[in-house]
Amino acid sequence: MNNEISKTANLVLNIIFIIVSILCVLPIVLVFIISITDYDSIVKHGYQFFPDKFSLEAYSYIFKDYGVVARAYGISIFVTVIGTLISVLISSLYAYPLSRGDFKYRNGFAFLIFFTMLFGGGLVPWYIVYTQVLDLKNSIWALIFPMLLSPFNVLIMKTYFQMTVPPALIEASKIDGAGELRIFIRIVFPLSLPVFATIGLFNTLHYWNDWFNSMIFITDTKLYSLQYLMYKMISQADYLSRNSSLIQGSVTELAKLPGETIRMAMALIGIGPIVLAYPFFQRYFIKGLTLGSIKG
Amino acid sequence: MITRQQGNGAALEAGLPPKKKKRLPTAFKEFRKNKVLLLMLLPGVIFLLINNYLPMFGIVIAFKNINYVDGIMGSPWVGFDNFKFLFATEDAWIITRNTVLYNFVFILLNLVIAVAVAIALNELKNKLAAKFYQSVMFFPYFLSMVVVSYLVFAFLNVEYGFINKGVFALFGLDEVNWYSEPKYWPFILPLINIWKGVGYGCVIYLSAIIGIDSEYYEAALIDGASKWKQIVYITIPLIRPVIIITTILAIGGIFRSDFGLFYQTTLNSGALYPTTLVIDTYVYNALINMGNLGMSSAAGLYQAVVGFFLVLGSNWVVRKIDKDQAVF
Repeated sequence: MNNEISKTANLVLNIIFIIVSILCVLPIVLVFIISITDYDSIVKHGYQFFPDKFSLEAYSYIFKDYGVVARAYGISIFVTVIGTLISVLISSLYAYPLSRGDFKYRNGFAFLIFFTMLFGGGLVPWYIVYTQVLDLKNSIWALIFPMLLSPFNVLIMKTYFQMTVPPALIEASKIDGAGELRIFIRIVFPLSLPVFATIGLFNTLHYWNDWFNSMIFITDTKLYSLQYLMYKMISQADYLSRNSSLIQGSVTELAKLPGETIRMAMALIGIGPIVLAYPFFQRYFIKGLTLGSIKG
Repeated sequence: MITRQQGNGAALEAGLPPKKKKRLPTAFKEFRKNKVLLLMLLPGVIFLLINNYLPMFGIVIAFKNINYVDGIMGSPWVGFDNFKFLFATEDAWIITRNTVLYNFVFILLNLVIAVAVAIALNELKNKLAAKFYQSVMFFPYFLSMVVVSYLVFAFLNVEYGFINKGVFALFGLDEVNWYSEPKYWPFILPLINIWKGVGYGCVIYLSAIIGIDSEYYEAALIDGASKWKQIVYITIPLIRPVIIITTILAIGGIFRSDFGLFYQTTLNSGALYPTTLVIDTYVYNALINMGNLGMSSAAGLYQAVVGFFLVLGSNWVVRKIDKDQAVF
């Protein structure tokens, strides 16, 4: 028997989904078009989806002075790569003993990490620890260290290890004389590659998209990550536009430099790598989320 | 073996109770047996102690009048004065109301829309198209809040924004100064939240729907149940546990908010605070922009304590419903 929806219902649903899909990407399309719009056209008509004149001035402006952007890219890439590698390592090393039913101190260490989901000291003491105790103000490690271990990731990895690595296998390898570390590297790791990939992607995204730690710890312009550079550009430019009524004449003169389009071009340059990696990303992401929803 | 006997002897000589003489060596043996596993945990433990547990001692700051000369330890205790100041201001009420109400709206909207989208995606005839729509809807989730603030700015910019210049001008409406008019943001923020989160939200429900045994539907079909009836009487009841669990856990987090959404997309505009300031942004602004350690840490502790009981309570409820789904 056929239990599909009717042709009309299917058509209506498809139309709705097409509209929703368009709405999802429309803002990015707008930003892209603004970035290639001629500046005079913006001053005259504002931001438009169909501007009357195009210009690549914004991009040529950014690439002429590419030092700042290239540097921010470098910082972001460094933080993302190093941060992801270390965090996946630490998370898996923490999750694996918790997954072992025969590990005596399992509950104590589980409590130690999962309690942090319940209670924290708050922003102020945390800030003081990082700036006074660890002295990480204006250090690139302040962008890496705070996100090394998340209880949520440990929970996912622990659950996955429990599902895929049978205790009998570990027992057998022990009898064969394999040490714990060897079992972890040679047996658990190859069997659990999907979860390593998933957590790696979660962390890559978190590190790449992070601006909060920069906002708190970084004042040195040399250490600006891409996200933070973008934040600086929008918050400063907005300051101008919000106060423009006060100092009308001079600002319009000052704004002769295509500030609006440059900013939007920057946003696009910032989104770039995510768009390219996206098809690969989201497939694993969906897998990982389903994985995580089995528990927690 | 020899060392153990010696250990026992030493314990006897020292006149320790007989219970202890056996325990010490086994504890040590147990420790040695688990040496490698404990070593694996070590980096994580060090991280947790520094990043999470050390700051917990800092909650004393909320009960002190911190000055930079005396430092944290030397500054005088002021009891609950910081809290008195905080709750004497209108801010305390505003940030609590904003945090709870926005989260409430987000939870409700996300639930309804994500479930609806998941059911609709599952019904589409063309599975390839369904995959494509899902991918596109998931995309905004991958953007950082800074990028989102640019996208919002492109629409709401007062001078050039698409809403003012493109839409309002077309209908002859007056330009709106979006970043200084608080009344619009209770609609703008949920819109952004849904736009960014629906692709993520429907994944869990979609996987629950796909997991439903098709025999239920076949039986219903024989009984002549329409598609709508199948959704109401089979799909929704069968994914109800997932809905309930997700919602209760979200309610547990109702005192914590998405800092980026409230800080970045509003461009932290002070004029919007009446409808956009939440506890997290208040704590940040008090610390970084005003340098008011007392107020900031008092608000932070207020959030932490209420949040603690909310998470614990919601988890308790989840445990009552389905033990396996509880986090703790």
